[in-house]
Amino acid sequence: MNYSAKVMDHFSNPRNVGEIPDANGVGQVGNPTCGDIMKMYLKIENNVIEDVKFKTFGCGAAIATSSIATEMIKGKTVDEALKLTNKAVVEALDGLPPVKIHCSVLAEQAVKSALADYYTRQGIDPEPFVGKLEEDCHHCEGGF
Amino acid sequence: MTEQNKTIYLDNAATTPTDPAVLQKMLPYFCQQYGNASSIYALGQRSRQAIEEARQQVAQVLGCEAREIFFTAGGSESDNWIIKGIAHQQALRQKKHLITTAIEHHAVLHTMAALEKEGFEVTILPVDKNGLVRPEQVAQAIRPDTALVTIIYANNEIGTIQPIEQIGKVCREAGVLFHTDAVQAVTNLPIDVKAQQIDALSLSAHKFGGPKGVGAAYIRKGIRFENLIDGGQQESGRRAGTENVPGIVGLGEAIALASASMEAKITHESQLRDYVITRILKNIPLCKLNGDAKKRLAGNVNLSFEGIEGEGMLLLLDAKGICASSGSACTSGSLDPSHVLLAIGLPHEVAHGSLRLSFGPQNTMADAEAVCDALEEIIPRLRMMSPVWEDLEKGRTKSVLASL
Repeated sequence: MNYSAKVMDHFSNPRNVGEIPDANGVGQVGNPTCGDIMKMYLKIENNVIEDVKFKTFGCGAAIATSSIATEMIKGKTVDEALKLTNKAVVEALDGLPPVKIHCSVLAEQAVKSALADYYTRQGIDPEPFVGKLEEDCHHCEGGF
Repeated sequence: MTEQNKTIYLDNAATTPTDPAVLQKMLPYFCQQYGNASSIYALGQRSRQAIEEARQQVAQVLGCEAREIFFTAGGSESDNWIIKGIAHQQALRQKKHLITTAIEHHAVLHTMAALEKEGFEVTILPVDKNGLVRPEQVAQAIRPDTALVTIIYANNEIGTIQPIEQIGKVCREAGVLFHTDAVQAVTNLPIDVKAQQIDALSLSAHKFGGPKGVGAAYIRKGIRFENLIDGGQQESGRRAGTENVPGIVGLGEAIALASASMEAKITHESQLRDYVITRILKNIPLCKLNGDAKKRLAGNVNLSFEGIEGEGMLLLLDAKGICASSGSACTSGSLDPSHVLLAIGLPHEVAHGSLRLSFGPQNTMADAEAVCDALEEIIPRLRMMSPVWEDLEKGRTKSVLASL
């Protein structure tokens, strides 16, 4: 696979791997059938993402996109994190092979799914903030 | 990561390094013996002679006549030519039914799909959990309008070896032609097309120390089949075009050399194979050997590891200089994992976490030990970052492998 040095770096030395026992926002997207699952844990205090951890079942690109996505939202406000796009993830990784673009979509969805869980736990309907989340990862085939 | 520069090549089912002795035999046919084999002068006739010697070398290994061997550009071309070439002739006699299995190489399966579009009917036989087809299944599937049965001799992914002789017998008794894709089998298993009643066979040079881009089709004399390329009289007028003389010479030499050392190769490779299988199954929890434990190519290891995806394994092995392959979707560019692994009943999530190692004669026990050391480090590392593994460990989900 023709991965950039940045992708290989994040795959080989992933940042923020693990779980947060007292997370107040947890999201999981993808399914094992199509080969990618991302789970994201957020610890949000005063509207700021104080800590973030992830676990990913998937290819090198899936691991790299989740790793860099955690870096991109750590220390950011919830509103800033909501603005994370799969395109920004791809750019931050110096590009992805076309067949792997769906991994970046999954990373964006994983962040949104965890944020949606955070809103729900606050008693707030997440949909106006997060939008509708894709349930079936086959939808993201085809990229941007 | 201490031995960054040393490559440990464990993907001999994908391709093999060209045997230096084979290369030496080929080299004169580039700059010195470059004559066109169709030319009448001595320079040309020496090329003709070299081609015919190679044809004899192939025929000797397969147990057929030299005139039953046709040189092609490789295994896929042989599969396409034999299947389409025979099917089209049989269709003239109203025979438009084809039989194959679910674990064929794409060169066969996609050829079948193309013929289906032309109006042929295709029966795809299922295989058992080890990837075996029973001769009785073939017997039951044969109809009065069956044109051809095509079954892979030994599977490229899981290494399962089919009961080819019994299938050949069933077909011959029913008066149906039988082709086998023997790309992985040639020089790895004894073959005798007459005794095994094989009517047509495909092989490829680069799988046994020969060059890439050259293969052969064995088609029993008397069988009607279409020409592949019309033009000159090369390959009895069946496949026109100036012959790839160095490639053909290389194929002949490679098949002769590899066949001569076949027994030693089988003993050596099966030692490495069995070492890896035994050690990994013992040391890594929730993993499974795919394919038949006994009816198996000597060099083939195919394992599934629960909770992880194959591409990550390959990338981490590559970082240690180890070349391997996987049946995961991510490595194939499609969303689906290997059709072979799905056909033996593996659920998608387990098929994604599969690894194929294929040993060759050049591999050593140190290579086998190195890949085990690497896997014992890599698998726990990937599992540690997998949410699927986390669910398994915490008892939130049940093991898929344990329930198979």
